[in-house]
Amino acid sequence: MSDVLAPHTPAERMAVTFARVLRGAGLRVPMGSVLAFVDALGQVGMQDRTCVYWAGRATLVRKPEDFELYDRSFAVFWLSAAHDDADQQPDEPLHITLALDDEPDDDDHDGDGAANDEPTIVLRFSPMEVLRDKDFAAYTTDELRLAQELMSQLRFIGPPRHSFRYRRSRRGSRPDLPATVRASLRAGGEPIRRHWREPGERLRRLVVLLDISGSMEPYARAMLRFVHAAVSGRQRVEAFAIGTRLTRMTKELHSRDPDTALAAAGRRVHDWSGGTRLGDCLREFNDQWGVRGMARGAIVVILSDGWDRGDPQVLADQMQRLQRITYQTIWVNPLKVTPGYAPLARGMAAALPFVDDFVEGHSLSAMHELAGVIAGAPLRRTSQVPPSKLEPR
Amino acid sequence: MVTQPNTPADVSHALSLHGYIPDDGLATSVFLAMTLRRPLLLEGEAGVGKTEVAKVLSRWTGGELIRLQCYEGIDVSQAVYDWDYSRQLLHLRAAEATGESLGLTTNALEQQLYNERFLLKRALLQAIDHAGEIPPVLLIDEIDRADDEFEAYLLEVLSEYQITVPEIGRFNAVRPPLVILTSNRTRDVHDALKRRCLYHWVEHPDFEREVRIVRMRVPQVLDRLARQVAGAVEALRTLNLYKPPGVAETIDWAQALAALGRTELDEAIVEATLGAVLKYREDQDRTRQHGIADLVKQAFERGFQSS
Repeated sequence: MSDVLAPHTPAERMAVTFARVLRGAGLRVPMGSVLAFVDALGQVGMQDRTCVYWAGRATLVRKPEDFELYDRSFAVFWLSAAHDDADQQPDEPLHITLALDDEPDDDDHDGDGAANDEPTIVLRFSPMEVLRDKDFAAYTTDELRLAQELMSQLRFIGPPRHSFRYRRSRRGSRPDLPATVRASLRAGGEPIRRHWREPGERLRRLVVLLDISGSMEPYARAMLRFVHAAVSGRQRVEAFAIGTRLTRMTKELHSRDPDTALAAAGRRVHDWSGGTRLGDCLREFNDQWGVRGMARGAIVVILSDGWDRGDPQVLADQMQRLQRITYQTIWVNPLKVTPGYAPLARGMAAALPFVDDFVEGHSLSAMHELAGVIAGAPLRRTSQVPPSKLEPR
Repeated sequence: MVTQPNTPADVSHALSLHGYIPDDGLATSVFLAMTLRRPLLLEGEAGVGKTEVAKVLSRWTGGELIRLQCYEGIDVSQAVYDWDYSRQLLHLRAAEATGESLGLTTNALEQQLYNERFLLKRALLQAIDHAGEIPPVLLIDEIDRADDEFEAYLLEVLSEYQITVPEIGRFNAVRPPLVILTSNRTRDVHDALKRRCLYHWVEHPDFEREVRIVRMRVPQVLDRLARQVAGAVEALRTLNLYKPPGVAETIDWAQALAALGRTELDEAIVEATLGAVLKYREDQDRTRQHGIADLVKQAFERGFQSS
């Protein structure tokens, strides 16, 4: 391709080379941005480092998360452009491969091809019963897929809210003037039939926060798949992974296999065994996304065992902050309650007073319950005292 | 006269003259937006002065400021155009009363009704159908609050600078407006729209720039107090607050202190005016825990440095 569209001017050469460096570092750089960068270089020139830096940042980068990558790439690029000899690679190859997905795929094919063909038909009815209470952690890939199918019959919708957009209705609350005028034209200008409209309805945003530390991973995987399958197309969904830090997965959730998304998020988490920094992650979520608007009036589902390595007070503060702005805050805890479990879950205890609904379970039936809770009666919050069913047993 | 800067430094200078002190990055972005005629998308924390950029551009270029405040559910009838239905109805009645409508076909009647004189032009159409010599400044504020459908429509308007009203025809911009979009990042703006725009993330200003901003916006505050206020705000931003104060709060605070006739910070006055800078009770508590005396001390030290 470079033969056909060989860059001609120095600005083009610089733009194309730099775009390559950025892409190598893992940034998405569409062609249109490169062309804009060429135009920008034509305006600010290529001599001044500051000008080139800012011209590039204005045209090639589109979110603050990428600034660090950009800065590093730019430093390397500018240095090598100054030397103008070897095309140095950026010191850290940040390219993220998606190859990890192969293994489960292979499993699938083996399972489908070899033994499972016949029994699948026989078991069509029973797996639902078997799966209903089976621990997600013990699922095989096939079972997960089957469960996902079952799950897609559920709907995580939740009660709608009034929209600012009006729609036509037979007996609405407000006159629909556009329709009335149009109808009166047909009657030669006489507004005989009046038309009405009423406020439309919109689905609430669903925000899912998934704990992906160690033992939580299979549940996060199942949950993500279910969210993927069970959410109605019109509903807006946001997903975040909570580990030692917060990772947004919304894009991946929509565009890719959710498993891949989770694996990618997991790879960025370094400290698997140390437990999650729930409070800190929630704080980051509140600061960066939630309180700014994403969680306002939304249904927020947190999936976690509540094992927080940090200060429980931080978690309690952040939960309170979160609950104040959401429509409904739901906590799903997949770990079976065992006698040894309670002392570990100081975080859970700190968070509970600020949870509207608590779902306990690790299987499909828990998902059923969750769907029920979300679709349940309109919420009325009277106080911040938790209902008695929330008491940890 | 259409303003056309030659270098980013020109932009920086001109904006400063009109009450906004930009950093290099913003000056370059604005320069590019003006020379490449591309919309500029500004993101950043609340209160760092995103909206202000559009206002100062309007003051500088002399172009009319046309503002579109986005909100959830905003649609074409609120952002682009609407028909003045009550006047249309009146017109129909009048035509009937005078017997005029008797001689008219429905088509002719319709043409009378869907005429530019019954057209209500909203912000976007005003900006496109602008007759003046100087291109207007179109501010599309808080685009992240609008929904996807509106963004898609906006993309079309911003790439072609034209709007079609089915009943009348197409409006083309003779001089495309200078477009500033702002977003608080409550959700991601669609990639296609971002690609169409230049992008700049607006940061909190550094100490010296903040002092200059305070001096410019609140001239009655003396240099010493301005430095102390900027120093105190800088210290507050390191306290890990829910809502670190932005420039807007700094200016508010300086104004409050000026109104109280203060020339210097002290513990009592910081305590009394804390509400001008910190708008969350938790943040105020945290600051008190940290110690207001400490804050004042830090502010003083910063104030003396290199003054």
